[in-house]
Amino acid sequence: MTQKTMHTSDFRPLDVQSIREDFPIFADTSPLAFLDSAASTQTPRPVVEAMDAYYDTYRSNIHRGIYRISEEATDQYEKARQKVAQLINAPRTSQIVFTRNTTESINLVAYSWGSLNIQQGDEIVLTDLEHHSNLVPWQLLAQRTGATLRFLEITDEGLLDFTQLRDVLSEKTKLVAITHVSNVLGTINPMQSIIDAAHATGTKVIVDAAQSVPHFHVDVQQLDCDFLAFSGHKMCGPTGVGVLYGKLELLDEMPPFLGGGSMIRSVERDISTYADVPAKFEAGTPSIAEAIGLGAAVDYITQAGLASIHVHEQKLLKYTHERLQKIEGITIYGPAPHQKAGVISFNIEGIHPHDVAGILDTHNVAIRAGHHCAQPLMKKLDVIATARASFYLYNTIEDIDRLCEGLQKAQTLMIRRSK
Amino acid sequence: MNIYQEELLDHYENPSNYGTLPNPDISHEEDNPLCGDRIRIDLIVEDDTIKEVRFSGHGCTISLASASMLTEKIIGKSLEEVKKLSRDDILDMVGIPLGPVRVKCALLALKVLKAGAYGIKGWPGEEDE
Repeated sequence: MTQKTMHTSDFRPLDVQSIREDFPIFADTSPLAFLDSAASTQTPRPVVEAMDAYYDTYRSNIHRGIYRISEEATDQYEKARQKVAQLINAPRTSQIVFTRNTTESINLVAYSWGSLNIQQGDEIVLTDLEHHSNLVPWQLLAQRTGATLRFLEITDEGLLDFTQLRDVLSEKTKLVAITHVSNVLGTINPMQSIIDAAHATGTKVIVDAAQSVPHFHVDVQQLDCDFLAFSGHKMCGPTGVGVLYGKLELLDEMPPFLGGGSMIRSVERDISTYADVPAKFEAGTPSIAEAIGLGAAVDYITQAGLASIHVHEQKLLKYTHERLQKIEGITIYGPAPHQKAGVISFNIEGIHPHDVAGILDTHNVAIRAGHHCAQPLMKKLDVIATARASFYLYNTIEDIDRLCEGLQKAQTLMIRRSK
Repeated sequence: MNIYQEELLDHYENPSNYGTLPNPDISHEEDNPLCGDRIRIDLIVEDDTIKEVRFSGHGCTISLASASMLTEKIIGKSLEEVKKLSRDDILDMVGIPLGPVRVKCALLALKVLKAGAYGIKGWPGEEDE
């Protein structure tokens, strides 16, 4: 498990109160208990200020501008790429491709790498835990090529049944596409073992790291994953920027995904030659301000300390489990707190999850209710939807207390009536 | 106004016309793909007038309460009148402000009714889009 990579020397408890002061949204007199960071996090002032500085003082397009502020914009955009590379310990900065989000990163691999490497009869291995963003692109690829999708199932505890992997992997398997952390159950998958097993049969692995990179230290060299995708907006960054990491030899041989400006070396009427990575995959003017904002977000969460964030979320998760388990008629989905990241899905007997979220909203507690873009998992759990609370570095024990008080009020309101 | 007010909760707790009909003239069932709520509506129609109606299914307070209110509203009405029911009629009937996600919950029963009785496929209010 990834906790092994935590550096105990850099651990210090989070100063949550001073962190909250960086987030204007929490300054309101009737405070928001924001428990939906697995969908999108809040944005601290330093991230907004970094983007403001771009807009206010050096707004311009990047790369070919022969004037000072364009050079400054290019410099800041590329510095953001360096920060991201350092965050996940990528061997080279050029292995970081900026995209719109995790979904686009995965689609890029499905189209570009997929068109080169996947043929009829090949197999792609997924799991029952996948978000639609790491399922639908592979369905589309399978439909285009005649490849087959295979699925690793989960146990009743919501853990991946790892023993199936050896049976599923064969010479037909070309790719394992797997989430690092389930966005519904919080399950942390044993990535190292999965990647090692896949590589033993020559199978490539793409990791959906949308729910892991923001929450604990992920090291792509240690994992030895072939591709890794995540989003800026789930790690205190702005919307509109995401990341694809890939091994250099794979990125080098892959054809372009989108064509246009910036991704070319030379263009003639009928044919073009393409730029090197990462420019080859960044056609058109990218999300410049957002990439700079993401760089500031990397600084922000690194300064707080990913090990400290993980420990803080574990504390919140254990407390939430203890509190929720005392609520009559509650079902908590997924494994025990120590086997998952800061996500907890549940249902309360007799109350539709939409009503749970709707009633909590009237108490200024924000949680998510629905299928969480994971309909196959909902089917597996035999539920239509769940309520889900998820945490980040700014959440407090008081937020959980308010969640639990809200749930008790929901029960008083709804269950009294249906009995 | 709190969306969990008494009238809605009363409809949720004691829905009108809940159940199914043994030999309906029209029976239709659909779900809201956003949340999985599912509603079935059975109708008995005589002389182009709705004589009997039942609804069944599962969903949140808003979708079930609005289905219950809708059945009360359409009984005894002609198919011609019922066809004119709009998105706004339903939102007026529910009577409380709803966000865009919950609006779909409120409109599910009307969507099922219009698809079953008239073959109208879209969400009420979006038919022309």
